[in-house]
Amino acid sequence: MKDDNKQKQVDIKPAKNGGASFYSEIVKEHFFHPKNFMEDETGYEADGQGMVGSPACGDVMRVWIKVDRQTKRIKDLKWKTFGCASAIAATSMMSVMVTEGEGMTLEEARVLRPQDITERLHGLPVRKIHCSVLGDKALRSAINDYYRKMGETDKIEIESGRVIDKVLKITDHDIEEAVLDGAVSLEDVQRKTKVGTGDPSCIPEVEQLIRFYREKYFGAE
Amino acid sequence: MKKVKKNEKKSGGVAGIYMDHAATTPMDKKVIEAMMPFFDVHYGNPSSLHAPGQIAAGVLAGARESIAKHLNAHADEMIFCSGGTESDNLAIMGVVNSVKAELCKKFGKNAVPHIITSAIEHPAVLEPLLKLEYKGLIKLTQIEPASNGIVSVKDVQNAITDQTVLVTIMYANNEIGTIQPIAEIGKAILKYRKQSDSVYPYFHSDACQAAGYLDLNVEKLHVDLLTLNGGKIYGPKGIGLLFVRRGVKIEPQILGGGQERRIRSGTENVPGIAGLAKALDMAQNKREKESARLVKLRDRLMNGLLKIEKSRLNGDEKMRLPNNVNISFMDIEGEAAMLYLDAKGVYCSTGSACASTSLDPSHVILALGMSYEAAHGSLRFTLGQSTTMKDIDYVIKVMPEIVKRLRAISPVSLDMTRF
Repeated sequence: MKDDNKQKQVDIKPAKNGGASFYSEIVKEHFFHPKNFMEDETGYEADGQGMVGSPACGDVMRVWIKVDRQTKRIKDLKWKTFGCASAIAATSMMSVMVTEGEGMTLEEARVLRPQDITERLHGLPVRKIHCSVLGDKALRSAINDYYRKMGETDKIEIESGRVIDKVLKITDHDIEEAVLDGAVSLEDVQRKTKVGTGDPSCIPEVEQLIRFYREKYFGAE
Repeated sequence: MKKVKKNEKKSGGVAGIYMDHAATTPMDKKVIEAMMPFFDVHYGNPSSLHAPGQIAAGVLAGARESIAKHLNAHADEMIFCSGGTESDNLAIMGVVNSVKAELCKKFGKNAVPHIITSAIEHPAVLEPLLKLEYKGLIKLTQIEPASNGIVSVKDVQNAITDQTVLVTIMYANNEIGTIQPIAEIGKAILKYRKQSDSVYPYFHSDACQAAGYLDLNVEKLHVDLLTLNGGKIYGPKGIGLLFVRRGVKIEPQILGGGQERRIRSGTENVPGIAGLAKALDMAQNKREKESARLVKLRDRLMNGLLKIEKSRLNGDEKMRLPNNVNISFMDIEGEAAMLYLDAKGVYCSTGSACASTSLDPSHVILALGMSYEAAHGSLRFTLGQSTTMKDIDYVIKVMPEIVKRLRAISPVSLDMTRF
């Protein structure tokens, strides 16, 4: 057995997406050198701010925006994130997308989807997709906050879910969250939500929703 | 970040310091040498009666004897299989499937076997148990450990009923390294069996993390089933072992040619078994000396990292493996910290949800009564034969900057009085 420290040539080459780089270069760039994060809140006069998640869930994102009142464009966006590499990179990328050029209008920013951010990051590993979906929610919450401050309450949009399990009051959003959290089967979703244990009649619909959200976020199987 | 000279050491084929020995260890050169002849020279199938087959059969018997000696057991009690996971599964499914008929005869056809385990087992134990419970095939009691990560003998004892068929408690925990009182639990089970004149419950222990550090004498531990594998003790991956005490009834889960006393069919992995025997022999022979060396390094790392504010040690300070340090850093997320360490050439692991395939935070750290926040921010450093004092000091040097950097971009600032 000779020098083991020398990298040996192996016949079996690593697969293209086989782990050698779990994250894309662009994800790493934003993770190791995050753009636009809030270094010091004192003295920063935000026109709107929003926060979603909880440290218990593993992700918290907070977003501050400055808005041009004439053009309704976002002039500045600062953020802070508690979360993994995907979460940090996704919020960083979101801040770039929202403020690049002359800045997105509030209505453009409101329809920014996690998929758009993921695409600009050149994709995320499948099981990390769920980490990237909170940034846009925090942004929408900041936009609502802006409208609230401006007194334009008619423009506030509250997201609410549809109740699937009438006994446990579990909504389609809960199922969506469970799938984003890695649940693949009914059994997984039940471990997380207990859905259908009190109201078994909803199980076929739950199964359908699982398939729907799996396809939406992770593509066809 | 402050420039720290990257360590010149090589680990896993790249520059850096490997501190993830609980995940897997590099193979010892002597183990590789011990395996080599069985790939291309002595490649016979031990079931063949011709000369090449009998050479392989001889080595297989030798490996069995060598391992049995370290376990203070009989050679025929060694059942080789594909790894720790298969061994755990075989112990659980094998007992559940073999006991059903007998239980129904005694308690009626609706009787369901009862199994006791801890809340901090490896997924290779918990997942099959949860699956069986979900299907209604067993009743399950999960014993919560104390906040130091140690299961109480009394709690196990009190959970035993006349329908308990198996108690399975790991020897040392893979995440926080806490050592369970296996010998005492074993004694309590023996006492119960004697008093109730029953052969049940059987006692199984997963000792994959314990090998190389703790005594594996099955007579002292009073276990009926014991799981070991190669990949954690400088041996090959893909080889494992279930010690099955003579007289213990266990139903095979893999059927075929009837190898391994009909308990586990399939042509034996002769190179793997030779490697496992060699690795276990080396690990157990040097375990006391190596443990004493690592305890010093462990404690230095532990104390060094705990100087960082808002950090907490997970698991008992003393009753833990000599190579395990597990610390939660509040307000930051473990995967992010792990990857910043990776960029500095330090390879460790985390109990954060984001780093797991299930996307749930470590069930082990949660079972300590720690918060979700603490579980998400936990880092595990597991030392090994290559670890030096210089490595420890390097980690102590780079860690504070990483924590500071991630806290700067974190919106969370937990009140430590709550934890």
